[in-house]
Amino acid sequence: MKISLGPVLYFWDRKTLLDFYARALETPVDIIYLGEVVCSKRRTLSAADWIDLAADIARCGKQVVLSTLTLIEAESEIGYARNLVERFDGMIEANDYAVLNMARAQGRDICAGSSLNIYNSATLETLAQCGLKRWVPPLEMSGESLQAMLQNMARDSDRNRIETEVFSYGRLPLAHSARCFTARFLNRPKDQCEFRCADYQDGIPLFSQEQQGLFQINGIQTQSFAHCNLIPHWQLLRDAGVDIMRISVSSPGCLQQVTHLKSSMTGNAISIPLAEQDVCNGYWFGEPGMVSLPALQGNL
Amino acid sequence: MREMETCGMNTARQIELVCPAGNLPSVKAAVDNGADAVYIGLNNKTNARYFSGLNFSDSSIEKAVQYIRDHGRKVFVAINTYPQEKNWPQWREAVDIGASLGVDALIIADIGVMDYAASRHPHIARHLSVQASATSLEALQFYHEQFGIRRAVLPRVLSLKQVERLAAKSPLELEVFGFGSLCIMAEGRCYLSSYVTGDSPNNCGACSPAHAVRWEESAHTLETRLNNVLIDRFRPDEPAGYPTLCKGRFQVEQHLFHALEEPVSLNALDMLPQLAGAGIAAIKIEGRQRAPAYIAKVARVWRQAIDRHARMGSSYAAQPDWHRTLAELAEGSQTTLGAYHRPWQ
Repeated sequence: MKISLGPVLYFWDRKTLLDFYARALETPVDIIYLGEVVCSKRRTLSAADWIDLAADIARCGKQVVLSTLTLIEAESEIGYARNLVERFDGMIEANDYAVLNMARAQGRDICAGSSLNIYNSATLETLAQCGLKRWVPPLEMSGESLQAMLQNMARDSDRNRIETEVFSYGRLPLAHSARCFTARFLNRPKDQCEFRCADYQDGIPLFSQEQQGLFQINGIQTQSFAHCNLIPHWQLLRDAGVDIMRISVSSPGCLQQVTHLKSSMTGNAISIPLAEQDVCNGYWFGEPGMVSLPALQGNL
Repeated sequence: MREMETCGMNTARQIELVCPAGNLPSVKAAVDNGADAVYIGLNNKTNARYFSGLNFSDSSIEKAVQYIRDHGRKVFVAINTYPQEKNWPQWREAVDIGASLGVDALIIADIGVMDYAASRHPHIARHLSVQASATSLEALQFYHEQFGIRRAVLPRVLSLKQVERLAAKSPLELEVFGFGSLCIMAEGRCYLSSYVTGDSPNNCGACSPAHAVRWEESAHTLETRLNNVLIDRFRPDEPAGYPTLCKGRFQVEQHLFHALEEPVSLNALDMLPQLAGAGIAAIKIEGRQRAPAYIAKVARVWRQAIDRHARMGSSYAAQPDWHRTLAELAEGSQTTLGAYHRPWQ
C-alpha cells in the first residue's frame, strides 16, 4: 500500500504551508494532494503557485495531485477550477461533479474525492468511463461494504484497475455549508470574515453541554472532533483491497503519522500514543463514525 | 380550489407546486389542496425519509398513484438514497416498480441507479435529487449529458442570485425548495448524523433516526439526546425541538449557542416572484414525514400564492395570513429565507 497526504483543510499562511511541504518531502509519503478544497476566499497560494509547488514536489519523486473545492457555488469558483484543470496536466482530485466533468473533457486523470458519493460498483463502473483512475470511498462506508464492492469490481478483468484510497487518519470532513461557521461564531458576516479562520490553525472545537467533544468548526466545513485513526488496522485495509491510505493534514503530528504508518507496514512499528477519547474508527467497522474500537477487535 | 387564470404573465409556464406525501391521507391532502405534483417513496431505505410507519408498500403505492392520476396531477417517486453493494438489487427493484407504475418521474441521487434507470427505462423522466448536490451549471450539464436528467432539485445552499444565474443558462428544468425543514449543509454530503448514530440520509434514508433519539425529562429541564450525545437542554418554558445535530445548542469556547443553526424552517414565499421570473419550473415542499393536516395547510397556502402571482404578476405580495399559517407549522415557529438571502450565509 502507498501512503498519501491529503490537502490542507485549514487556512494556513504561505510560510506555514511551504514549510509544511518542505518537511513532508522528508517523510516516506508517496502521494501529496495540493490545493484549496474548503473555501474559495482562501487564496494563500494562487493557482500558479500551486502548480509551481506541484512541479517542485514532483521533481522530488512524489506523485502530486491537485485537489479542488468541495462546494462550488459561484461562477468565479468554476472559473478557478477550470483554470487549474486546463493548466495542470497531472491528476485532478474532483470533489464535485462539476470538476469531474471539466477534467473528463480535458482528458485528465481523475481521482474521485470522497464527496462524490460512490457507494456501489455500478456507480464506480459508470464513472470509470469518465477517466477515473482513483477514488476515495465516502467517509461513512464500512470496510465490509468496500470489500464487497471491490470484489464485484475485480470480476471485471477487462477493465483497467481503479485505485482505492481510504481516508485513514485525521479529522473527518463531515459536512459543508453555504454558511461559514467560523464567521458565525465570531459574529461576523461571511462577506466580511476578515479571514479570521487563519487564527485557528486546526479549526475551533465544538462541545456538547456535557463537554463531550463533537465537531471541529473550520469555516464552511464541519469536521469530526476526534481524529479518525485506521493506522493500527492497516492490514485490514490492505486485505480489503485498499491501495492507498490517506493521512489528512492536521497540526501538529500528522507527518509523524506518515512515518509511523510506513514503519508499521515495513515491520518496524513505533507507537505514537493518542488520547483514547480523541480517536475514532467506527465507520470502518460499520459503527457510528465517532466510535473507537480497539485494535484487533474488529474483523471484516 | 384552483384559480388558473393567466392574465399578463410573461413567464411561459406557471410554476409547478410539488408536495410531499408519506401515506395515502397525505396524498389526498396534497392533491385536494392544490399540488400539481406529489412525490412519494417506498417504505424501505431507497428513499431519504425512511421512517417507521411512513411511505408506501408495493401495493399501497398503486392506490396513491391512482388517486393522483384520477385528479390529473403528476406523481414522482423518490429513489434518492445511495445503495451499498449488498442492497443494490433493492434500488434496482424500486426503479422497476416506479417504471411499471408509469410514474411521471423518478427522483434519483445515485449515479449507478441513474444509469440503470436511463438504460432500462429511458421513457421514464429522471429528476436529479437534491441529495446529488448539483450547485453549478457544469454539474447540471454533467448529469444532463451523461444520464439525460430532465429536472434538477437545487440544494438549499445557493443564494437567490446564484439560483437566477443557474436558471438563465441551465440545460434542464430547475426545482427549488419553498418551505419546510432547512438542511443547512450541502445535501447528500452531510455525515453528521452517521458520525453520531451510524445512519445518514445517504446510507439509510434517515437523519437523526428515531431509534437513536431520547427525550429525558427532569424537574427543571428536558434533555434531548442522540445516541446518548446531549443535543440540547430546554427549560420548561422553552419549546423543545427534535434533536437534529445541526440544530443543537453547543459550547464553542465560552459561548453556549446554536453554533450551526437555530431550529427554524425555510420559507421562500416572499421570493416567489423572483423564482418565477427566473424561470424556475417547480417549487418543492419538504416533509414526507409530516401529518396530512400539515401538508394540507402548506399546500393550500402555496397554491394560493402561486395562483395569485400568476394573476397579479409584479404586484404580487405574500399575504400576512399565509406567513402566519406557515410560521405556526415551522420548526421553533420560526422561518427564514435561508441561503436565498445572502446575509444568512
